[in-house]
Amino acid sequence: MLNNRRTFLKAGMATGTLAIATGAGLLTPRSVLAAWPEKAFKTKKYPAALQALTGTDQLTDSDTIVVKAPDIAENGAVVSVTVTTSLPKVENISMFVPVNAFPLSASFDMSTTTDGFITGRIKMAKTSDVIAVVKADGKLYTAKKTVKVTLGGCGG
Amino acid sequence: MANKMKIRAWIENDKTTVKAIIFHPMETGLRKDKKSGKPIPAHYITEVSCEHNGKSILKCMWGPGVSKNPFFSFRFAGAKPGDKLKISWVDNQGQAGSSESQIS
Repeated sequence: MLNNRRTFLKAGMATGTLAIATGAGLLTPRSVLAAWPEKAFKTKKYPAALQALTGTDQLTDSDTIVVKAPDIAENGAVVSVTVTTSLPKVENISMFVPVNAFPLSASFDMSTTTDGFITGRIKMAKTSDVIAVVKADGKLYTAKKTVKVTLGGCGG
Repeated sequence: MANKMKIRAWIENDKTTVKAIIFHPMETGLRKDKKSGKPIPAHYITEVSCEHNGKSILKCMWGPGVSKNPFFSFRFAGAKPGDKLKISWVDNQGQAGSSESQIS
């Protein structure tokens, strides 16, 4: 009986701490969170990683975003991806690869003078979509492109 | 290896294009040493900041999913030839580096 009560209390405390941590994370404004978003980078599932980064998983598909990447990548260790968008007031461009061990690859915070254009080289474990998430004027937009990978580039 | 970087920045049609490559192993922490079978510790760049004349123009946040010797490119407005462009990075093991270049 006593034992059960102890276990119950412990479980309650653990959940409570987690809730407080999550709450704090969501309430902190993006600008203050300029430090590296560790939680988003260490989350191993795609929608959860997106949620950890942006605080939502509600995205709008947009024709104004172009994800340029090879149709077939021979080497998954180096896949060149270019994201271009004509959306005004771009605040952030992020790249996700859902099949990777850590789906969030890179996130770029733009300033007001920076164009909606970014090129980066990312790793891909296997054939997958590369998902670009663009935050512009406070809203989230997305576009994706499928890349066939013949040789995975995430260790192993 | 430490602190090696190449930056190219030039102006074309009022926009400055920047191309940069940082030499860094970008270990994911998932790979194993082929001889000893021990995991290779994660070692990757977490943050890169780009400044034009001291003003932040781009901040990159990277995870282990960025390729080895990461290359990146971006464009921005409002620069003149001779302006300074500074790129600095920090990795998850606390190492850091920075490099400065002139816009041509």
